This record gives sequence, structure tokens and C-alpha cells, in this order.
Amino acid sequence: MGVIKEFAEALKGLKSLIVGLGITGKEFAKPGVTVHYPRKVVADKDLVTYRGHIELVGSKNDPAMPPCITCLMCQSVCPSGCIKIIKHPPPKKDPAADKNAPPEAYASGLEPKTKAAPPAKEKPVKTPKGFILDYNYCSLCGLCVQSCPVDSLRFSTEFYIADPSKKAFVYDLMARLKAQAGTATAKEKE
Amino acid sequence: MNISNWTAPDPFVTTPDMLIRLVVGLLALAAFVGANATILVYVERKVAGFIQRRPGPFEVGPQGILQTIADAAKLIGKQLVTPRGSDGFLFWLAPIVGFLPVFVMFLPIPWGESTYVVQSDVGVLLILAFAGFGVLSLCLAGWASASKWGLIGAARAVAQSVGYEIPLLLAVLAVCFSHGSMDLMAIVKEQGGWPWQWNVATQPLAFFIYFVCALAETNRAPFDLPEAESELTAGFHTEYSGMGFGLFFLAEYANMIVVCSMATALFLGGFQGPAAPGPWWFLLKVYGLLLVMMWMRWTYPRVRFDQLLNLNWKWLLPLATLNLLATAVALKL
Repeated sequence: MGVIKEFAEALKGLKSLIVGLGITGKEFAKPGVTVHYPRKVVADKDLVTYRGHIELVGSKNDPAMPPCITCLMCQSVCPSGCIKIIKHPPPKKDPAADKNAPPEAYASGLEPKTKAAPPAKEKPVKTPKGFILDYNYCSLCGLCVQSCPVDSLRFSTEFYIADPSKKAFVYDLMARLKAQAGTATAKEKE
Repeated sequence: MNISNWTAPDPFVTTPDMLIRLVVGLLALAAFVGANATILVYVERKVAGFIQRRPGPFEVGPQGILQTIADAAKLIGKQLVTPRGSDGFLFWLAPIVGFLPVFVMFLPIPWGESTYVVQSDVGVLLILAFAGFGVLSLCLAGWASASKWGLIGAARAVAQSVGYEIPLLLAVLAVCFSHGSMDLMAIVKEQGGWPWQWNVATQPLAFFIYFVCALAETNRAPFDLPEAESELTAGFHTEYSGMGFGLFFLAEYANMIVVCSMATALFLGGFQGPAAPGPWWFLLKVYGLLLVMMWMRWTYPRVRFDQLLNLNWKWLLPLATLNLLATAVALKL
């Protein structure tokens, strides 16, 4: 029976219209959530879902140093090319150390005939020397945050960033992390 | 405090001259329409804000009450631009044609026992006849502005208004049948003070059809297809600047008051109330209905054009016809 079905559907639709009015009516009665910004400050709890520019996370041992291993994943994945990581230069070759160096054969992987111990491998410094973010071009896609293997990046909740100059939006994130760690320790001392 | 004395000094009772009555009435209505539009725009924006849990207008004046006055001043101060390629005469005629008939529609509305401008045996007919001018103005505006948005808006407006006028007429006719009169004052006086004595109790379907058609006739959401911002920029008034747009805006809000006043008079007992009948009951009911209209606007999404026409031709028109038939049969028996 097509007609009965049509009527049943119409009644169902009417009921849903009334339900809709009920929902908006309830929302009408609830207090507003707008923060009247210049007169009131946005509370930190309202900022948890805010995605500002990215920032470095301090590592467990040293809050002023990120756990970053300069793998450059973020730099290469960024579609806007706004991340620039500056690595520490490789350790300089010491000619004095070179003299004591075992024969070249070590490098070629062959076992030399000498009993001399293999050279202590110098650990390269993995932490970045600089981490520059050009926020002018960032689209906040979050690919860098997702791709970081050591969770060294996150979105900040920084929104007081109005500035007439473009230069103000090129951030040195390492300096920022150091400053943050400084204020954090200062607060702890208090 | 005895509030029944409030209506006692009525200037209209002692005025014999129809002309003076009309002039004074029209002046009062012009002031009322202007003031009301200002208030309604503010209320509408506040309702929209609260439903979306925003504060709405807030910055101009305490709680933003001066916002619409600032907006009106801005509109009046704006340059009137006639777009190139448009028909200048029709282009500027359209808002006037849209706005002026609204005053005529206010004339037969019975605000109170003695607070009215004209009492006519064909008051309902007068309102319905002049309501047709609204479509004409939208059609002229869309056609004359030489813009595709305007033209599509105008085409939609015509299809919509022509369609929805029929069930609206039929719903109103059912009430007129049962009272044997087209005089709004007589219809109001035959209803009682309590809700169960109102026509909405005997003609609930007619009231429902009337209200839906009234929403469509005034181009209010969810039937605001002629202006559909997201599809047509602003529909028929895309090309209008300053008070050209302002007049359409005023006409829309004035039309809302007219349809709500008519609904109040026809279905909700007009100025009759459980206690102290008077214009305040009329205004209370009118503003109640207006609030419901705003509430609906911010609840429902805009219907698609085929849905709009299907609803009219497949549901409202047959239902209104059946309702009218049933009323006629019931009266004859």
C-alpha cells in the first residue's frame, strides 16, 4: 500500500521536525560559550583543542632539549616546505687521532692482522642545532606531527601572534623550547 | 491596578472622518513597521546567537541593542548603484512595489476591540489580494537587475509563491466558511478568550497549512529559496545596494508581521484572551508566532526546490482541499 507508506513517512518526518525544534530549543536555553576575548582571557582548558603553530617537546631528561633525532622526516614531508632543520656539523677529523688509527682494512670490513683494538666510535650529535619554522607558509596540516618517530613535535596553543611584519612569523623553535624550559624551571623554583 | 482602563482613551472612536482615520492610521503603521523591523532584526540575530550558543550582537550599546540602528544608518548612507545593463526604471520600481502594498495589508488588521484602521467586510480578501504584489516585486527585481542570480531567484520566487498561495487561500477559506464572514473583526469576535474557543481548536489542519504556507509566502527559511545565500549569493536582491535592499528587508519583516497577525486573528482568537482582552493579547500572540518562525529558521535546513514544490502540490494542496470540503460538509449538516 503505497499511500499508507507515504503517510507513515510524512508523519515520521513531522515528528523529526518537532525533535529538531526541541534540540535547538534546548540549546537556546543553555548559556553561551563565547569568551568575550579582549575583556576576558581565554582559559587554558578552552585551548586544549586549539591547533596553533607546531612546537618542539622537551625530552624527559632535559626539558630544554627535544628528543628530536634530526631524521628530517618532518622537513621532507612538509607540503609547504616551511620546516628547516640545521644539523650539528660532523665531528672534525683529528690528525693526531688519525695517526693511531688502525689500518684502513677496518673500514673495508676486513679483519686486520694486528691485535690493536678497534677505534671507539664517536657518537654523532643527533639533536638539532636549529629548528626553524616559517609559519607564513604553514597550512597546519599536521603531517610533521604525525610523521615524527620520537614524538618531538606537537601543536602549540599559542594564539597571541598578531604582527605587522612577515619576519615575526619565522620561529626558531629550539630557542622557543629553551625559553619555555627556563620559565618552567623558574616557576618550579618559586 | 486596573488594566482595563488602558484602552479607554481611543482617538479612533470619536473620529468620524474616514480620511483622517486613514492618514493617522497609515502614519502610525509606518512608524510601527519601521520600529518593528528594527526590533525584529535584533531579536532574530539574538535568537540565532542563543541557538548557536553565541551572544549575538553584543558590542554596539548594552547587549548590542543599538546594532540594528547602526546598521540602518549604514544602509541609508550607502550609495545607490544601478548595475550596467539593467532596466533602471523597473529596477528601482521593484523595491517600492514590494514595500508599499504592505501598508494596505495592515489596514484591516484588528489590533483591538476599537484599535483598527479600517473595518471591512472583505478584510481577508484585501490582505490576500495585496499579498500578490510581493511576488510581482521579487519578479521585477530579479528580471530588471540583469543578473543570473537575480533571475534564478525571481523564477524561484514566482514558482514558489504561485504554488503556495493556493493552499493558503484554501486554509483561510475554511475558516471564513465556518464563520460565514471575511471580516477579520467579526471572526475574532466570534472566538472566545480561552485556547479551546479559538479556531485553531476546530481547524487545526487549516492552521498548520496556513503556517507552512505563510513561511513560504514570506520567503522565510526553510523556504528561503529566492534568496538562498549559499546558491544564489542573495537571489533577487543581489544587485541592490543601500536602501534598495533595505526596502526589501523592511518588506520581508513587515510581511512576517502581516501573516502572523492574520494567523492570530483567524486562528488564535486575536485580541481575545483569558483575562483583560485588548491589543496586548494580539501583540503577544503575534510576537509568539514570530519567535516560532525565527526558531524554525535556525533549526531547519533549506529545502531543495523539487522538495518545495512536491510538498506544496502533493501534500498541502490536497490536504487543504479536503479540509475545505470537510468544513463545507460539516457546516451543511
